[in-house]
Amino acid sequence: MTRPRGGLTAPLLTLVLFWLVGYPLVLTLAEALGAPHWTLSHVAEFARRPAEWQALWASLWISLATVALAGAIGVPLAFIFERNEFPGRGLLGALVALPVALPPLIGVLAFLFLYGESGFVSRGVQTLFGLGEAPWRLSGPGAILFVHAYSMYVYFYLFTRAGLARADASLLEAAAGLGASRSHATRRITLPLLAPALAGAALLTFMTSLASFSAPYIFGGSFRVMTTQIVASKLNGDSPLAMVETVALALIGFAGLWLLRRAERRREVTGGTRGVAPRRRQLARGKWAATAAGWALAILLLLPHATLVLVSLVPRNTWTTEALPPVLSLGNYRALFSEAERLRPIVNSLWMASAATALAILLGFAAASLAVRRRSRWSGPLETLIAAPWALPGTVFAIALAAAFSVHAPWAGRFVLVGTLAILPLGYLVRSLPLTGRAAFAGLRQMDPALEEAAASLGASRARRVRRIVLPQIRPALVAGASLAFLAALGDFVVSIVLYTYDTRPISIEILSSLRIQEIGAAAAYGVLLTALSAGAFLIWGRRTEA
Amino acid sequence: MSDFLRLDSLEKRFGELSVTRRVTIGAGKGEIVALLGPSGSGKTTILRLVAGFETPDAGRILVEGEDVTALPPERRRFGMVFQHYALFPHMTVGENVAFGLAAGGAAAADARGRVTEMLALAGLTGFEDRRVTAISGGQQQRVALARALAPNPRVLLLDEPLSNLDPTLRERTRRELKRAIRKVGITTLFVTHEQEEAFELGDRVAVLNQGRLEQLGTPEELFERPATRFVATFVGRSSVLPVVWKGGARIPGGPVWPAEAGAGLAEGSEADLVVRPESLVFASQPTAQALEGTVVERRYAGRAAYFLVATAAAGELEVLAPPDAAREGDRVHVVPAPDGPTPRVFPRQP
Repeated sequence: MTRPRGGLTAPLLTLVLFWLVGYPLVLTLAEALGAPHWTLSHVAEFARRPAEWQALWASLWISLATVALAGAIGVPLAFIFERNEFPGRGLLGALVALPVALPPLIGVLAFLFLYGESGFVSRGVQTLFGLGEAPWRLSGPGAILFVHAYSMYVYFYLFTRAGLARADASLLEAAAGLGASRSHATRRITLPLLAPALAGAALLTFMTSLASFSAPYIFGGSFRVMTTQIVASKLNGDSPLAMVETVALALIGFAGLWLLRRAERRREVTGGTRGVAPRRRQLARGKWAATAAGWALAILLLLPHATLVLVSLVPRNTWTTEALPPVLSLGNYRALFSEAERLRPIVNSLWMASAATALAILLGFAAASLAVRRRSRWSGPLETLIAAPWALPGTVFAIALAAAFSVHAPWAGRFVLVGTLAILPLGYLVRSLPLTGRAAFAGLRQMDPALEEAAASLGASRARRVRRIVLPQIRPALVAGASLAFLAALGDFVVSIVLYTYDTRPISIEILSSLRIQEIGAAAAYGVLLTALSAGAFLIWGRRTEA
Repeated sequence: MSDFLRLDSLEKRFGELSVTRRVTIGAGKGEIVALLGPSGSGKTTILRLVAGFETPDAGRILVEGEDVTALPPERRRFGMVFQHYALFPHMTVGENVAFGLAAGGAAAADARGRVTEMLALAGLTGFEDRRVTAISGGQQQRVALARALAPNPRVLLLDEPLSNLDPTLRERTRRELKRAIRKVGITTLFVTHEQEEAFELGDRVAVLNQGRLEQLGTPEELFERPATRFVATFVGRSSVLPVVWKGGARIPGGPVWPAEAGAGLAEGSEADLVVRPESLVFASQPTAQALEGTVVERRYAGRAAYFLVATAAAGELEVLAPPDAAREGDRVHVVPAPDGPTPRVFPRQP
């Protein structure tokens, strides 16, 4: 319906979203420029320090290398699973996508326990060859890239599989009819048609890698990327410099987004036909070899998480130099639920993630309703504000929120929220907005507007139309968006490390503290719990998106 | 008959584009008015303006003298059947039909009774608990009608109600639809681009073109006395011949045929003669009124056939005659039929 309605809802919601998303960024920029004295001295200081340029360059090349590595793993995997038929293909194909469901910190933790200096693999090698010390150290850019490639190839894998599933067999048949060999057709037909999917995966990988914090923080050592550099400056109390660094990282994020979007648009190929995807090739001779290789791969992918489970069963101070832990018990889990101080982070994470998700759903749905159904001049700003947090690394928002809400100036919309219960849920909320918002926008756009018109013509008020028609129709999309938002908030590390207080410490921060005091069993137990909760939310998401 | 529903000088623009230009249409109580026109003629926009889904830039909509132009759709008490039915997919047939009753605050028992009554009217007795996604297209169309009629609306609006049905089902559903509307006796406005549908369902038909109302009249009036060249060519089959309007329709290098002139035609001006196949016959031999030509195509249509005749003086024209009247390649003499609709002459269009 396009009946124009006056009213303040759309401008008010735009204002609220701007206060949450845009205002902190503006304040960060202002502080980087030394407001209210306005000076470029902080920027000059940033430009003078070689360490800043090194971190900037490190962020860039690590992200580009991650795109290349993730593509090199994910694309061939997608071809293997989408174009060939072999026993166990369905289950293995799903397992291969697993790393995407796990909070980054958990992946990092699992890698640490498996491949780290005192991890199973290095202890095994050490014992096998009788070495005096660990054969390697899991640190520096190599370690970061290793973890990135492991967790981010999934984007290429999923996007490419989706692209291949949409492909039209008749195009390949036409190419074959014109005398093209299989490899020629792949090169000239399949890959160019996959370009949009590959560009999308590259964009997502680049942005995720640029925003990555857990891996550089745990494995980086003296090697700094922008996200860790910002947090270090902030913790060192050099706030103006942290603001300049944040602005620099935000600019790279926007530039990356802009460049890749442009490339995506240029390459966009619209298929003229909507045919049936090519049939999968039945592997005859290589069938069992493919199955065996598939399982080996799955085990390799699941090994870090199996390690996490094993380590979670190791009681404190019982495992020192042995290759395998000598004692296993459920003590760490018992402690998690019986000791108030250990239970606290779990309760914190659960309530903060729930509150942030609920509010993100409410705001996302309200923005989508106003922008999609009652088009006005506010539609564009509403959609941009909802989507903006996706384009920017979590560190940027964490620093921006810390800057905006550590000052008491109600007339300027600023309140002291840092150090209170409210700031972390607020941070999670901002990060969740694109997930719930995108789901609500997509759900409403897919819904036939005639359904709402029909209800209106039958005398239903606006509230009744939303309750009886709109919400039931877009519920699957909303539930999917909510479970992703919940997943992200539950496992968040990057916003938490900047904004937590002792009373609001979430699971991720408690994992870090446990590691610091060598309580690896407790850290792993938290990790397993977080994995289980995430897997639950991911399952709901999967079921809702399939429905 | 005074107008029960009146659209008064309705105008609607989308940006620079005028989609409805000062359209005035009246419908008496219980009358069925069809809005007929090609795509882009503005007929659906008019229906949406009446329903309240769009707001007019100028003009008024009146029902029983009450101005409803500013009322939101939910307060107009109009029932609407959508082109794709817009049945609520998460509700059963019964819940769909009851939706408007509950919105209007009807008691549950009353609503149940009304649902049963409406489903019976639509020939769907016992369908209450079926899922709307599990019934056929024709049945969905009837559920949509039952749902629209259940709250006892003042006006019924139908947007291309039969366009999603296959041709055989469409004809049957058309008859059932007309019967149901007549039984309820509700004032109805419906949109269609199919002339046959408009003529069979509509008491009167409003022909629209580029947002303008070209003519509002009974099917007979539109067919026999089209007011504009557009109506003459859009309604029914016709041939357009270049003529000079001088003591009749003078075909250059050919005969003069009797015709009626449309508005604004000056004596001696170049004009277009719009002639229906029913208005022409074959003469057995040349006469003063005969136009000579060759049959280039014959299309059999049961008790008659359409013959396409190529003439040197006036180009191609179509004649309706008995199937055995001529064969392809025959030389024929075409003359005006004494009892056919009188051909109309309109100012020449560039």
